[in-house]
Amino acid sequence: MKIAVLSGKGGTGKTLVSVNLASAAEESVYLDCDVEEPNGHLFFKPENLWEEEISVKIPAVHEKQCSGCRVCVDLCKFNALAYIKNRLVVFDEVCHSCGGCILLCPEKAMNEKEKIIGKIQKGVSGQVTVYTGMMNTGEASGVPIIKKLLNDSRKAKGITAFIDCPPGSACTVMESIRDADYCILIAEPTLFGVHNLNMVYELVKLFRKPYGVVLNKCQEGENPAERFCEEKGIRILGRIPFDNELGALNSNAKIAVRESEKYRTVFLSLLETVKKEVRHEAAVNP
Amino acid sequence: MKIAIPVDEKNMEANVCISFGRTPYFLIHDTESKECSFLDNSAASSQGGAGIKAAQFLVDNKTDILLTPRCGENAAQVIKAADIKMYKTIPGSARDNINAFAEGKLPVLEEIHAGFHGHGEK
Ligand code: SF4
Ligand code: SF4
Repeated sequence: MKIAVLSGKGGTGKTLVSVNLASAAEESVYLDCDVEEPNGHLFFKPENLWEEEISVKIPAVHEKQCSGCRVCVDLCKFNALAYIKNRLVVFDEVCHSCGGCILLCPEKAMNEKEKIIGKIQKGVSGQVTVYTGMMNTGEASGVPIIKKLLNDSRKAKGITAFIDCPPGSACTVMESIRDADYCILIAEPTLFGVHNLNMVYELVKLFRKPYGVVLNKCQEGENPAERFCEEKGIRILGRIPFDNELGALNSNAKIAVRESEKYRTVFLSLLETVKKEVRHEAAVNP
Repeated sequence: MKIAIPVDEKNMEANVCISFGRTPYFLIHDTESKECSFLDNSAASSQGGAGIKAAQFLVDNKTDILLTPRCGENAAQVIKAADIKMYKTIPGSARDNINAFAEGKLPVLEEIHAGFHGHGEK
């Protein structure tokens, strides 16, 4: 079972929820797909680390063979190529490794070369296997790292996996939820929070994924995110209160479930609700 | 000598556009013939790498000088490789900036901002 945790922007509690759910489960896999700023490992402090570099293929030009026809420059829809002063320049960090230019160069002046864009790290923390994707700064796309991450984690069959997605709704998020059985959307109780929630809500609907919302930072009084869920008929899976204890645990990079009985209960019951939802989904839409 | 300026509209009184890669038009001013032309920036609507494409466009139009408020890393690399000189614009119209440049009042553009590569989500 794969459960993805999403939010429209960073800092809404996406990592808090995925890290604590993974810790509350008996045996689990935690996948940090927020490759630009992975921070789940700061909480888990995994041991027995194992790393693998991830590379993509980008074009390399043989200048002698290049006729300057510029077919490649016009073709590249990411504008990763420029032709200046009789020389073709490749912007490695803009290239999305589609391979189009290499394929279509009439002079066969281009070859593939490997470029390292980041790495994946695997380690253990208690009963949780922690996978982390880390992208080097400035790279065009984290998708290849996320693909590898999800692929590697498939080996852990039968174990519940929690996917900490990148914030927003870009293609890295789509890649992260591709195989998910269920999506948990994290929402903050503000108007801006509603806007962010709507972003990921549209995305999971588009992907026809079953989903539910966790309301984070709940306080007394009006909660626009809750109202939004009621209006749209979205299932609310749970509410996490806004309190200082949780805030302090979180800012000290401690996992609440492992430190306090109170939060253990909160996240265990959330986990049970989510599991029930997934089973229900499996029964209704097999 | 050909001077290029990113502009918001197709006239001499138009403001300088704040984005080099995404500007709708480039004003090209020929200092010898004193002629001005306005060219559509085909990079304006591109998904990514707009700065590179816009810079390539200026290179292809044989620009010598670029007056712009700012420029990204990648575009600057294209522009420097093509020996185009960059100067920083002052607030005001395209005409003001051409005059200021002629009087030697525009500073060389040195600060190059890091690109917003990827998907423009940040
Ligand atoms: S398509 Fe090939 S020959 Fe033409 S400019 Fe590109 S690399 Fe050179
Ligand atoms: S591989 Fe694709 S994205 Fe990269 S330079 Fe070639 S055409 Fe552009």
